[in-house]
Amino acid sequence: MEMITSLLAGILFATGIYNLLQKQLLRIVIGTALISHGAHLFILTMGKLKRGNPPIIVEGVENYVDPLPQALILTSIVISFGVTSFLLVLAYRAAKTNDTDNMDELRGNENE
Amino acid sequence: MLTAIFLPLILACFIPFLSKWKDSIHTGWFVLPIPFSIFVYLITQVGTQFSPFERSYSWIPSLQINFDLYLDGLSLLFGLLISGIGSLVVLYSVYYLHKSEQLGHFYVYLLMFMAAMFGVVFSDNVFALYTFWELTSLSSFLLIGYWNHRKGSRYGALKSMLITVFGGLSLLGGLLLLTIVTDTTSIQAMMDQKETIINSPQFGWILGFIFLGAFTKSAQFPFHIWLPDAMEAPTPVSAYLHSATMVKAGIFLIARFLPIFSLSEWFFIIVSTVGIVTLCWGSYMAVRQTDLKGILAFSTISQLGMIMAMLGFGTKIAVFAAVFHILNHATFKGSLFMVAGIIDHETGTRDIRKLGGLMTLMPITATLAVFGTFSMAGVPLPFLNGFYSKELFFDASLHLKGEGLAQTLAAIIPYLAVFGSIFTFVYSMYLFFGTFRGEYKEKELPQKPHEAPIGMLISPIILVLLVITIGLIPELFNSALIDHVAEAVKGEPMEKHIKFWHGWDGTPLHMSLIVVALGALLVSFRSYWSGVYKAVPGALSLNKAYDWLVDRTEKYSSTITNGYMNGSLRRYVRLLLIAILLGTIGTMLLTNGLALNPTDVEDVTFPEMLVVIMMVLAALATIFTNNRIAAILILGVVGYGLAILFVLYRAPDLALTQLIIETVTVALFLLVFMHLPELRKRHESAGTILINASIAILFGAMMTIVGISSYNSKWFEPISDYFLETSVKLGGGHNVVNVILVDMRGLDTLFEITVLGIAALAIFNMIKLRRKKGAKE
Repeated sequence: MEMITSLLAGILFATGIYNLLQKQLLRIVIGTALISHGAHLFILTMGKLKRGNPPIIVEGVENYVDPLPQALILTSIVISFGVTSFLLVLAYRAAKTNDTDNMDELRGNENE
Repeated sequence: MLTAIFLPLILACFIPFLSKWKDSIHTGWFVLPIPFSIFVYLITQVGTQFSPFERSYSWIPSLQINFDLYLDGLSLLFGLLISGIGSLVVLYSVYYLHKSEQLGHFYVYLLMFMAAMFGVVFSDNVFALYTFWELTSLSSFLLIGYWNHRKGSRYGALKSMLITVFGGLSLLGGLLLLTIVTDTTSIQAMMDQKETIINSPQFGWILGFIFLGAFTKSAQFPFHIWLPDAMEAPTPVSAYLHSATMVKAGIFLIARFLPIFSLSEWFFIIVSTVGIVTLCWGSYMAVRQTDLKGILAFSTISQLGMIMAMLGFGTKIAVFAAVFHILNHATFKGSLFMVAGIIDHETGTRDIRKLGGLMTLMPITATLAVFGTFSMAGVPLPFLNGFYSKELFFDASLHLKGEGLAQTLAAIIPYLAVFGSIFTFVYSMYLFFGTFRGEYKEKELPQKPHEAPIGMLISPIILVLLVITIGLIPELFNSALIDHVAEAVKGEPMEKHIKFWHGWDGTPLHMSLIVVALGALLVSFRSYWSGVYKAVPGALSLNKAYDWLVDRTEKYSSTITNGYMNGSLRRYVRLLLIAILLGTIGTMLLTNGLALNPTDVEDVTFPEMLVVIMMVLAALATIFTNNRIAAILILGVVGYGLAILFVLYRAPDLALTQLIIETVTVALFLLVFMHLPELRKRHESAGTILINASIAILFGAMMTIVGISSYNSKWFEPISDYFLETSVKLGGGHNVVNVILVDMRGLDTLFEITVLGIAALAIFNMIKLRRKKGAKE
């Protein structure tokens, strides 16, 4: 299964990057969201999947899954949420100010 | 000696105040005592009983970088030149520069330069030497660009800076290698390890780097091109820096390292070839110049070439002749520059085609010029010092030995020496007769010429008196000074060459006579053969090469930069991704990082596969849909799919967070989507799609392979057992993930909260703070 989730993470990366390379701002944000999904899945896979019970200590249960990757992913999810929402509002403001969401038209002043 | 180095620097700090405070007195008068007192101190050291001595002052002892000062004959000669000619130049500049000039700047730069030069010649520590070396480049740059409103000054300053700093950096490389090879930073300590240096595998590099530094500084072929352009500097600067001191720094360096390097036959081959080529080219080109200072600049180049060549010969007599000529050249060239300055000052032009017949109008200047030019030409008269060193030069060139390449060279050198000297004679005579004899062109001169004020004449008179004194009684200077210098350079006693100037018969004299005879012929019939200059230098001009190089470098670098920095973020992302791809795949291949043996894996179950397939389809669909609402919703599908995977893989907290956050994100997307411009179909060329797709697919594949490989190469046990064991005991909580988040790794969480807070504030501000349309960006 780990092979398959690795593959899935790879596909998420590939689609994410393809979206990232598009012209539209919204697609770029979608791309970053896909990439962060891929990364989360990646971290989870590296900590081995499904070897035991959820990491909540119960008397008499010996076997738990690795809790550390989960803690890391939790932190990461929150941070990527913060960044994504910031990006979204930035995209919204940029589109409003410049009347375009085409990346090829959004260039520095000296390139115009 | 430390005082000598730092006194000028300290005074330089006060000069601006002095020049503002007492503007009725020329600032130069405040400066004059400094070089003069140093000169007096150094002259007390001169004498037959002189022996080297050393002082050391800590600077950075842990790196072996100290002010190790060393005074032997060589540094004494240079110290005397710097302080002596320095005093004369300051005196001259007092009368040359008008009070309306920015004198504060001028004297600060000049003192800086003086201190740097003292530092170069007195330093025994290679790093201190290099520090002062670069300081001379810098202060020379400032002095050349003194009249910075002129385009020529700026061009000349930049050119000299580029070339000398290029050489300076290469010198640093050589010195570093020397330090590494010998494990010491002291030049005198390096002398004891000659064999180690010669036999080290880096010797070739050391030689090349240090030669490059010396040749650029001393304006040797083909790096001489900065010197003629440096003539844009005020004349006192040209006289001081570009005839007597700075341009001899390279000579000093070669002389300093001569005992080590001359053990290698490449020393002879390289240094004497470069020197003799410089001599011939410089003297050949000097005849072509029309500007007085231009002639003098090329003459300096050729004389430096001659000294360099003599050092390259490396024989006792040649070294003796070289140091003798260093002194002689400084005297007559300094006086000639000052004469040129006087002519410029009194007639308003330096163009030799406009000058002529000044003999009767400026008799004293003309007399001074006679001695200067005739000494430079090496006319065989007993009261001209230039003649002696030239004779010694010819004599040295006749006594060269060697094998192979060196032998061929030794056979050619005397002829080249005579050739160069003939042209030296020609330009010297041209300089004198062109300026002072011939027709007086009154109409072409901007000012009515008259004799210079006496103050301006003092310095060249002193120098010319020296020329005559050395000419008449060379013995006095030889035993007291030159002998020590030659001994310091060669590293052996010099006694037997003391009286060598008595060479009234023999081949050297014949060579001198040939030079004078042929030179006189060439001068007389100059108009018949000067056409040769139209043919040769035009194609061979090294300035063109320099300009071309600078121009091309600028053009190409801007072309390259504009080539990839085109302002398109998409392209930058593409370049970054390609770099990551190449780096990662390359590293994997090189380090044998692939490990594709799937063992120790979990079974594949049906519900999981279902979710995975759903996610794959959804992820692919985000690309192919053209409807943006659809794209956002499909992205939601991916997020929820991930949440289900979290559920399946026993991560309840993750699943909860993921669900909530995915919902909020999708809501946000939809919110923003309302305000984005209308969807337009974006046309992409097939090539772009292909590139983007291949980058994306490669990147995905790479991540998959990295994941699988790293999964299959577990090197040590995870530390999570510790968390599981101590969660209840130490953390007091049963939910291990939460205990990790707030207890064991609480700092992460603190900053994660900060991130959210910052994002919230930023979003708030971004929405609130609007700039009015049309407001200034």
